[in-house]
Amino acid sequence: MTAAIRQRVRPRTAVDRFLTFLRFALTALVVFGLFAFLVQQFVGPDNPLTRFLNEDANRLDWDAFRGLLVSGLSQGSMYGLIALGYSMVYGVLGFINFAHGEVFMVGAMTGLITSNKLFEAGVWDDAFPVAILIAVLVSTICATLTAVLMERIAYRPLRGAPRLIPLITSIGVSFFIQNTSALLLGPGAKRYPLLPQWLRDDRGPTWLRIGGQKILVIVVAAAAMAALWYLVERTKTGKAMRAVAEDKEIASLMGIDVDRTIVTTFAIGGAMAGIAGILWGILFGSVTEFTGFLPGIKAFSAAVVGGIGNLGGAMAGGLTLGGSESLAPQLILEPLGVTGHTQLKDAVAFLVLIYVLLVRPTGLFGERLSAEDRA
Amino acid sequence: MSDTAMSAPADLAPARAPLDQDWRKVVNYGLVLGLALVFISLTGMPDGLNSRVIVEPWLSMGYLSLMWLPFAIGFAVTHEQVLEGMVQHKRGARELFAGAVVGLIGGLCLSLLVYLLDTRDLSDPLVNWNQPLLDFLTRDGSVGEGVLLWVGVSTALGLFGGLMRIVPALGSRLVRAVILTVVGAAAMEALIDDLSEGVWKLEGVVEWLYHPREGLEPAGAIALAIAAAFVVLWLGRQLKKGGAVYNLAREAQPLAVNAVSVVAVAAAAILLPIFLGRLTNDLLVNVGLFVLLALGLNIVVGLAGILDLGYVAFYAVGGYSVAILTSPTSPGISPTLPFWLAIFIVVGMATLAGLFIGAPVIRMRGDYLAIVTLGFGEIIRLTVRSDWASGLTGGAQGMLSIPGPDLNIGGWTLPLVGWTMPKLEVDLMGTNPQHILYVVMFFVAIAIYVSWRLENSRIGRAWMAVREDESVAEAMGINTVTAKLQAFVVGAILASFAGAVFAAKVGSIFESSFKILVSIVILVIVIVGGMGRIAGVVAGAFVLVGILGGPNQPGLMAEFSEYKLLIYGALLVWMMLKRPEGLIPNVRRSRELHQEEFLQDAWLRGEVDRDEAGSEATTDEGWAPA
Amino acid sequence: MKLSRKLMMLLAVLLSFSLIAAACGDDEETVTDNTDDTDTDTDTDTDTDTDTDTDTDTDTDTDTDTDTDTDTDTGSLGDGSLGTITVAPGEEVQIRSLNAITGEVAFLGIPNQVGIELAVSHYGDIHGFAVTSGAGLDDLCSAEGGVAAAQQIVADEQVAGVIGTSCSGAAAAAAPLISDAGLAMISGSNTSPSLTSDLQGNANENYRAGYYRTAHNDLFQGAAMADFVYNDLGLTTAAAIHDGDPYTQGLAQAFMDAFTALGGENAGFTSVAKGDTDMVPVLTEIAGASPQALFFPIFPPEGNFIAAQAGGVSGLEDTQLLAADGLLVDNFMEDPASEGIYMSGPDVRFGTNVNESTGQTAADVLAEYETVQGEPPSAAFWGHSYDAAAMLLDAIAAASQVDADGNLVIDRAGIREFLNGISGYSGLIGTINCDAFGDCGSQKITIVDHTDSGDIEAGKANVVFEYAPA
Repeated sequence: MTAAIRQRVRPRTAVDRFLTFLRFALTALVVFGLFAFLVQQFVGPDNPLTRFLNEDANRLDWDAFRGLLVSGLSQGSMYGLIALGYSMVYGVLGFINFAHGEVFMVGAMTGLITSNKLFEAGVWDDAFPVAILIAVLVSTICATLTAVLMERIAYRPLRGAPRLIPLITSIGVSFFIQNTSALLLGPGAKRYPLLPQWLRDDRGPTWLRIGGQKILVIVVAAAAMAALWYLVERTKTGKAMRAVAEDKEIASLMGIDVDRTIVTTFAIGGAMAGIAGILWGILFGSVTEFTGFLPGIKAFSAAVVGGIGNLGGAMAGGLTLGGSESLAPQLILEPLGVTGHTQLKDAVAFLVLIYVLLVRPTGLFGERLSAEDRA
Repeated sequence: MSDTAMSAPADLAPARAPLDQDWRKVVNYGLVLGLALVFISLTGMPDGLNSRVIVEPWLSMGYLSLMWLPFAIGFAVTHEQVLEGMVQHKRGARELFAGAVVGLIGGLCLSLLVYLLDTRDLSDPLVNWNQPLLDFLTRDGSVGEGVLLWVGVSTALGLFGGLMRIVPALGSRLVRAVILTVVGAAAMEALIDDLSEGVWKLEGVVEWLYHPREGLEPAGAIALAIAAAFVVLWLGRQLKKGGAVYNLAREAQPLAVNAVSVVAVAAAAILLPIFLGRLTNDLLVNVGLFVLLALGLNIVVGLAGILDLGYVAFYAVGGYSVAILTSPTSPGISPTLPFWLAIFIVVGMATLAGLFIGAPVIRMRGDYLAIVTLGFGEIIRLTVRSDWASGLTGGAQGMLSIPGPDLNIGGWTLPLVGWTMPKLEVDLMGTNPQHILYVVMFFVAIAIYVSWRLENSRIGRAWMAVREDESVAEAMGINTVTAKLQAFVVGAILASFAGAVFAAKVGSIFESSFKILVSIVILVIVIVGGMGRIAGVVAGAFVLVGILGGPNQPGLMAEFSEYKLLIYGALLVWMMLKRPEGLIPNVRRSRELHQEEFLQDAWLRGEVDRDEAGSEATTDEGWAPA
Repeated sequence: MKLSRKLMMLLAVLLSFSLIAAACGDDEETVTDNTDDTDTDTDTDTDTDTDTDTDTDTDTDTDTDTDTDTDTDTGSLGDGSLGTITVAPGEEVQIRSLNAITGEVAFLGIPNQVGIELAVSHYGDIHGFAVTSGAGLDDLCSAEGGVAAAQQIVADEQVAGVIGTSCSGAAAAAAPLISDAGLAMISGSNTSPSLTSDLQGNANENYRAGYYRTAHNDLFQGAAMADFVYNDLGLTTAAAIHDGDPYTQGLAQAFMDAFTALGGENAGFTSVAKGDTDMVPVLTEIAGASPQALFFPIFPPEGNFIAAQAGGVSGLEDTQLLAADGLLVDNFMEDPASEGIYMSGPDVRFGTNVNESTGQTAADVLAEYETVQGEPPSAAFWGHSYDAAAMLLDAIAAASQVDADGNLVIDRAGIREFLNGISGYSGLIGTINCDAFGDCGSQKITIVDHTDSGDIEAGKANVVFEYAPA
């Protein structure tokens, strides 16, 4: 209600006008880029408009488009899995756990160590399903432990502190974990053992052949998402989590152990990040100490794009972000004649975030604000 | 927060028996100590820092990196939060005992590591699980010697930490002064060497103090320790007296005293670089750049409460603008302007960038804003690097041959009158750090003046109001949007100055100098120094960049370059948990973050029991409700 | 907020200290330590800043003739125009190693540093004076790091020369300072053309007189790869991918320029970002023009991702992949995805090449390297750094003499004179000839065909193409 009043009272300032301009400019850019792409696609690259914008333009064939889409979606589903952790913590505690990306990295790292040990023992080649199950278990447990410890040591003492304080703390935690990994395990890229051939084979009908790893990633992400949905919406723990997110004090009056619920939230977020970590290892086969940083930030962006605090939104946001950073350079920037357009892939991801926040500040799927936020 | 912070009642209860401990707490602290020791050993820090000698054959930075821990934790375990109405006991054997036990547990953990290092091979995931670490921990002796060494040393240091609680304040001040002096003198060897060069007789003294090219001589260390003790005992009192005189004078004639102070500071600033060597000047330039950046971010984060994680964007704008405008070889536009003319355009560019980035984010909530500004920082860096923009910015190849700022301000002719400003005879151009230092100091002076004036102005108060509570600020008639944008733009301009000097100093520019890391390091400086406090921010930059080094700049302790980010991360967390107001706190800010009174209230309400209050001073109830 | 009392007091103390220093201090910082006894002109400290770029190579400076006369008595090089260094009896001759020894690029810098240290220990004394390379300095692989280390070097007037840097970006910032101070620096692994010349006889704008390198010029490697692709493989369209690093961008550009000059078609030029994992978008961008060859002179892990993902992108199924020395490392070559990729790099078949200054063979040095470090070198440039250090020490020996008091007097100009005249020098890396712009490398590029990820050494030895100066 107060927001409505404020809206009416506040006069349109230069800032508002600038923002309106920015919204239109970005929308126009997207629309024009897409238009140019369609022209290039259906009229053919040899028309005056396309030639004017980009001399080297080529038609994008279906195979290439499908490749981009699938790789964007598989990357996006990992963003989504990480974003769940951001979203849940934000919902319950109302702050961004900047270090959540590092939990994901810990998952990928411990998964790597386990699978390399299993590879040396021969289990990886002989009984791959067993090996991968062990690796998933270990990495999930380690990631969960990291998240819980993080909460206990760094965030619990700060509960109730001004909002920016835990955020700054989490930046410190993030750097600490990143450099711990570099110093303990050595810097640089480390490789996962090679996956068995049957997993790497392309599958699907001829018009839609997709790499086996990508299918696996998308399927596992969907399964994890479904399990989480069941947990949050259908179990008592989930109910407690939702209650704590709504109002901590009332929840505790209702007999809910707030501390324990918060720990559970961190643990579940950590487990999701751990699963995402091992999927990352399977998909790309390599991990460094920086693996968690940029994906972490992008996953947070995904949570915001989808509407923070909303679990379905987090997944949708992840897919949106992954898809657009994969497709947008080719679909929008290339027809506009930007040279070396994929260099701006990461910039596109951040522009999507800015654009969504400009046009729909609550994210694509609205948001469930907790009491503190509404105040 | 020291344990004497609360008013101590005059009568103390008698000391408790040594065995009357809170055993859970003691064991917990001991295990934390043990974990920390093992962790630090496995990061490779002791071995990596071992080359840095403090006292020639006795002590190296490597050993110090482990040895400070039992002492600090032994000190911490004996800490007791005493609140109004609690029984306060005399300190005594109980404290010593607790410290020793903690040290013992820590030492045992480290000994376990020594034993495992000898018997197991875990070098596959742990890269520092190797022979050099074992040799380091056992001092090239047998495993048994190593175990004995660490159990003994750790217990003794823990005991020593506990002792610090018992001795009178003067004693602990003495110990602190001696330790800081010896370690500081060893750390600053290069600097002191540089300073003393050519100064009458000092050179000889310095040569006597230091072992050639590494560490102090034992005799030198002892002499320094005695000198430090003397300073605390005698000079400390004199200084206090002097301070009192100064304060009195300032109260009587504030204007005159302030003027004298400003003149004195200015004179010192002008004279200092002449006596410093190249190395020290270069170090000070680096520190100065980060002072400038931190002062700028301090306005944005410390005063206006906007957490800008993309602050490096403005640094880049300044750097690239100067590079494009002054370098004769910049691709695309290359007007080859003199530095001082380019600065004016840089200010314009920074203002535009501040407005452009500021406007979209200003209405966002604090945490969204942090991520979006971070995104903007990356967008700018990625764009500058891309082949698409390389026609203007040089892309991956960067820009080279950026001339240094020309300090020959003379040489131009006044139109109409026909008078020509005489040109200075000395050659004051190029990359001589001494000259750059003057340029940096000029901008730092501007930044300090601007920060100081703004802080006490209407705008400054508006910023602080926005920081405290935006809705209330708005209700008080403050235009929050304008206020925040102003903060953004002022911060942007200060950062662009730093970028401009940086480009001129290094003489070339690449996008790799403008990574997210730089934003984070500036943030750490502001937080560690004390948000919203000019002196704090300056001190933070000196300590962090000067000693440990900046994101790409080595500090005095170049050995730390591999570990500094880990230390920065840990420092950030520790500061936020234990001392959110920073090293040199801002009064208003620390009042906001002050915890004891809330703890006191909580205790009176019976929500915190006695032991909890002692061991976890900042948990749960430690914070004021937001 | 007023400045705090503490701060004021601190500043007051500083001020008083500086006043004391002013009273006792001696204003003039002399650039050369002992100019008076060699009777050089006294205005050296103003000259060094300005004259180095133009005057260093000319020996006909009139006012220094007297020096040359005294010097020629014992036959050492140099005209004293850049000042001299005096090493007292019992002291060591100081040179410096400046390499990226920490962080992500340590794999490149550490072998360089070890190479330098080995060369110094093998070389022995110069005119009876021991030599030290000090504690290795770190260029942090960045312009800032290069400048900071250069200031440190320049501040120490006893330093006679520098071996480094590891990274071209650091060299671009350090070379002006070091060169203007009258010193010589020789890098074992800088390859950027901007530091020397375009190989057609034109100096680049950032070339400095005191800069030398034993590593090859990127233009050379680019030309080698282009020649191989166009003439040997017979492919006519090629694309290139770099990672935004000055080195990789420069090499990719050099390749593309040489390839189009031969008549090939540029089918795309773009980059990945460090930290990227999903290469499908960038490969799709390249695939649009269906290039026959794809050159990606980048590093792991991005290189691994490109190699692994290229096959799955439509339009690139039959494209020949090509990489450069950044990927001639175990991490990449162990990866099964790297099979079938041609990789270019400096000729590292040092075999039994002998360094003429130390008399050591490459095989011996390598064996000693492995005993010292406990592992084989992680990058190819240890030999280049070894030769660079040996050359510098030769130059110091040639430009120095022992004076009447038993001091060793080193003439800085003489060091450059010696290096400029190097021709037919036998080093671990082959025969070294310095051109007029500091390019001294053996300039021999080889391309290997890596076919078996299980046998890396075989891959490195499987040379299919050699490119040497005409």
